[in-house]
Amino acid sequence: MTEELVVHGLEWTTKQLFVYPNEFIYWSIQIVMYPYMTGLVAGAFVLSSLYHVFGQEDLKDMARFSLVFSLALLPVAMMPLMYHLQQPLRGINVMFTPHFTSAIAAFGIVFSTYALIVISEIWFVYRKYFVEQVAELKGKDDFGSRFMSVLYTILTLGAFDISDAAVAKDKKAVKILAAIGIPVACFLHGYAGFIFGSVKANALWMSPLMPVIFIMSAIVSGIALCMITYIAIMEWKKFKAILARGMGDQSVLHIRGVEMDVVKKASRYLLGFLVAAISLELLDLIFRGYTAMKSWDILREVMYEEDFVKIFILQYGLGNLLPFILLLLPKLDIKRTVVALLLILFGVFMMRWNVVIGGQAFSLSFAGFMHYHIPFWPHNLETYKEGVFGALTVAATPFAIFWVINKVVPSLRYD
Amino acid sequence: MSYSRRDLLKKTLAGTIAASVPLSAFKFLSPAQVKASIGDANVRWAFVVDTQKCVGCGLCVKACKNENEVPYDAPVTRTWVERYVVTKDGKTHIDSPMGGRDGFTDGKIRDKEILPEDISKAFFVPKLCNHCETPACVQVCPVGATYQTKDGVVLVDRKWCIGCGYCIMACPYGVRFFHPVHKVAEKCTFCYHRITKGLESACVAACPFGARQLGNLKDHDDPVAKIIMNERVAVLKDEYGTKPQVFYIGLDTNVR
Repeated sequence: MTEELVVHGLEWTTKQLFVYPNEFIYWSIQIVMYPYMTGLVAGAFVLSSLYHVFGQEDLKDMARFSLVFSLALLPVAMMPLMYHLQQPLRGINVMFTPHFTSAIAAFGIVFSTYALIVISEIWFVYRKYFVEQVAELKGKDDFGSRFMSVLYTILTLGAFDISDAAVAKDKKAVKILAAIGIPVACFLHGYAGFIFGSVKANALWMSPLMPVIFIMSAIVSGIALCMITYIAIMEWKKFKAILARGMGDQSVLHIRGVEMDVVKKASRYLLGFLVAAISLELLDLIFRGYTAMKSWDILREVMYEEDFVKIFILQYGLGNLLPFILLLLPKLDIKRTVVALLLILFGVFMMRWNVVIGGQAFSLSFAGFMHYHIPFWPHNLETYKEGVFGALTVAATPFAIFWVINKVVPSLRYD
Repeated sequence: MSYSRRDLLKKTLAGTIAASVPLSAFKFLSPAQVKASIGDANVRWAFVVDTQKCVGCGLCVKACKNENEVPYDAPVTRTWVERYVVTKDGKTHIDSPMGGRDGFTDGKIRDKEILPEDISKAFFVPKLCNHCETPACVQVCPVGATYQTKDGVVLVDRKWCIGCGYCIMACPYGVRFFHPVHKVAEKCTFCYHRITKGLESACVAACPFGARQLGNLKDHDDPVAKIIMNERVAVLKDEYGTKPQVFYIGLDTNVR
């Protein structure tokens, strides 16, 4: 392919019937990943706030974990956007010279505010731990201990007071930050929905319900991801305990008990948010059919013919209905929960896919269709960035970041 | 003859200034050129497309690509021509292969042969950026790289565009695309570099049938303003509220 023909989108777009010459699938997999990852951030934070603000004691362990996990997810919310930009080195211009009539520009501000809240909250939660670590590591001479000692000293920011009064103040600060954080997290994801919902040129996106739909599904996916990561880590701990002490040991039983309690409680919240998310999505669908605007003909064709399998089988059937039944059936166990959670995560991903790719599946001429063929094996930077491997890089990054953060902030200790 | 040092410096300076004034400074400008070059609010560039005159030759598309350095063989273009064939069974067949760059000489539309006796009506519709009064692309650009000039033309700053594609998504007319070489948002500029010098845009100059015209809407003596004021003209996709400034004569309801 000569340089002249490297047209963005040409590689993965096929056209059917009449489509304007300049139309291609410009927003590809990374723009699917963008609301997906942002949703996970917001959802993880809302889950942590259930304990910090509303005092749901049985979610304490999960809350600490999900707060730190939302920090690990934070930088990854921006990552797909950077991957997607045609001029990634200029990406920072959005923060330095924001153009306030643009929803994306305002998103940068909301995102930064939210990041500050999460980081401050984590600091207040773990300040006492940082101070304790400084004391514990004092006098140890190996390189690792000296390094960690310096790191923890920096992390205390000079606040070494861990008297009862000071710790009580920390707790109060956490509660206040978590309370402020809930609307900001919702706003963050609502804004991601607004970026799509405000595009009047796109008949599928143009809906005032879009931000609310995004918030609800974000919370669903965030809770599901936190639960599944929590289960994986607890299972690993249990496995290690079994290896060390045998199957029937008290510590193994304790881990199992804690794990099931937390999972059952969290799955109840998950079900609640899942119902809200599905109701809103169906309301949007019914409303469009009932009002039947000019665009309805092409939307109907995309929904009920071109994308029927993706929307009704994969998203609503496999991703919503099946896990809903699995979680509702009595005698819930870990295996069934894991299957349900994986399906929910898949369902929310499909919802993002169907919004982002489905929104570009029909031409602005309303007389043709476009199909997106996601690049698998990359053969240049573009097919890596906007292909399967680019998406996998984005999906794997939060786990790597979480692993690093967890070396400093023990979010998985239960005591 | 001898010069004092002061005189020598004075005369050298005067000579340098005199030599540096280019001859073009003495060129007489037309009022339109003056207005255009200062970009004052007394100019509002607008376009008229006469669909009854367009024969789908594609000369405008070729001229545009060459003038604006849009790669000739890339399947993206700043302006294009659509062919509409309405058959007697009421169906509308539309195509625009390579934006109509090479004209429409084939009787087939997307591999389907349409017999002349089945045709009820057929016509061509040139498309280009509408340089809207309230452009959705300018509203959504997160860094202000796409902007509107005082005389109403919507431009893209290639050095500032981050390539997010939000403007491409926001445009209801599908006129924007990513430039294959510069990797930034690209679209028709009404040939701003030409019209601000008093020249015609490349597509207007290339059209042998007068199907395209560009003029100043605020000048009541301008032929384009006269057409828009006095004749029955229509715009594309009025329902989006973007107030397009490309006006069509003989617009058909089948036009998408």
